[in-house]
Amino acid sequence: MPTITYILKDGSARSIDARTGASVMETAIHHNVRGIDAECGGSCSCATCHVYVADDFIDRLPPPDDMEDELLDGVASGRLPGSRLSCQLTVTPELDGLTVRVPETQV
Amino acid sequence: MASSSAPLVIVGASYAGVQLAAAARELGFDASIVLLGDEPHAPYQRPPLSKGLLAGKTGVDQLALRGPDFYAGQGIDLRLGVRATALDLAAQRVRLADGSQLGYGWLVLATGARCRPLPVPGADLQGVHQLRTLDDALAVQQALGRCTRACVIGGGFIGLEVAAALTTAGAQVTVVESQARLLARSFPASMSDYVAAAHRRRGIALELGRGVHSLLGSQGRVEAVLLDDGRRLDCDLVVLGIGVLPNVELAREAGIECAGGILVDALGRTGAPNVLAAGDVANMAQPPFPGCPARMRLESIQAANDGARAAASVLVGRPQPLGAVPWFWSEQHDLKFQMAGLPAADDAVVLRGDMDSDRFTLFYLRDGAVAAAHSVNRPAEHMLARKLIAQRAHIPPEALADPAADLKPYSIPRPAG
Repeated sequence: MPTITYILKDGSARSIDARTGASVMETAIHHNVRGIDAECGGSCSCATCHVYVADDFIDRLPPPDDMEDELLDGVASGRLPGSRLSCQLTVTPELDGLTVRVPETQV
Repeated sequence: MASSSAPLVIVGASYAGVQLAAAARELGFDASIVLLGDEPHAPYQRPPLSKGLLAGKTGVDQLALRGPDFYAGQGIDLRLGVRATALDLAAQRVRLADGSQLGYGWLVLATGARCRPLPVPGADLQGVHQLRTLDDALAVQQALGRCTRACVIGGGFIGLEVAAALTTAGAQVTVVESQARLLARSFPASMSDYVAAAHRRRGIALELGRGVHSLLGSQGRVEAVLLDDGRRLDCDLVVLGIGVLPNVELAREAGIECAGGILVDALGRTGAPNVLAAGDVANMAQPPFPGCPARMRLESIQAANDGARAAASVLVGRPQPLGAVPWFWSEQHDLKFQMAGLPAADDAVVLRGDMDSDRFTLFYLRDGAVAAAHSVNRPAEHMLARKLIAQRAHIPPEALADPAADLKPYSIPRPAG
């Protein structure tokens, strides 16, 4: 199983064995990672599952589609180069070792 | 803070109830928490029920609202299949359906709402469904397999989402709406007309301004909808989406003041001591945004979550009243609708973008300030609109109407972090 690491607001890290095919958001919700709200349940509507992807993975992810790209412009914590909506990131074996940081606020 | 002897009892285990329990723990509330749900299922996400689940894009295993370890891990005693039947406010006790009683230090009523029944002959035929719970959705999903023609009664958000999902699943769908236009409660006429045209283009038949006389069937199964003009729409599946009724009975019978929901202030406090309410059942005092009524019962996840957070803040003695701009969303076919704020009939309306392109935003201005925005496939404009409404931003209508004009300078940015 690919391991995804979440850096929480307090700086601590949680590494989770993720199910291939689940989203990075679903994995977080299922394992009670704090700071990923996902109010719309993953329909790319609310921008409350924003994460900052670690630099070394930014280019290894499929780029955001138009809808995600637009939503990222409106996230509550500012957009950075690694900003993604975790509901749009599907866990694959190639993402083993992915690290994402939870932002200060989602709303 | 409440003593640990008497628990926080939450009646209702959907968005508001679960969010309240979670927020209470995040804020450091340390008394025991009992979360009562009357359905057999662990708390689950409702939006996909009328969207992805019916269309076959979302599986039941993806619906859990929280991970299975969440409740025990947070010291939340989740009890499923348990109904509260009465409140004794003086003794601070809740009576349950099995006759037992539960004492509380704080009580939260998050009892939600139920589907409004259709008061016509034949509404109890097999093949007539409503859509509120997971079991409702699974029943519709099962019926879909042998359905060719479906009739959706009610052209509101749920009805239109179901109509779109049934169309995606291969059914021929007619929507019957008693008002002259769709979504008349939420949208101005121009937007209703757009929605009607969008659905018709995608293969859905609309019967607007038409009442339902009765549902016809044979051997107990529905076969047709008889309209009030005498026409008969043959169908093998009927889904009702004609609104909801708040579940106020527990509160009202206990003497808690209700009017279109349980009346609560911006902190979720009812008229009774140590009794809070949140979610679809709560008629809540609203923050003073332009055009926003003093109070309203808003059926949305945002209202449930933010109302629950406000109520949780009361439990720890650090009150944080509701302050968020109301917003909600809907998905119909390939159209993502996002609504921010609450427009009023006399707002000035400015269109940004082209309706024919299925990508546009309608902005509503009240006294020059952005009061509301309705977007179709324009998520960034929706997100920006929420900020603009909260900041009561004034933007020249010419700038709003020009898709090339950058609106971001009109909002106060927040730092990255």
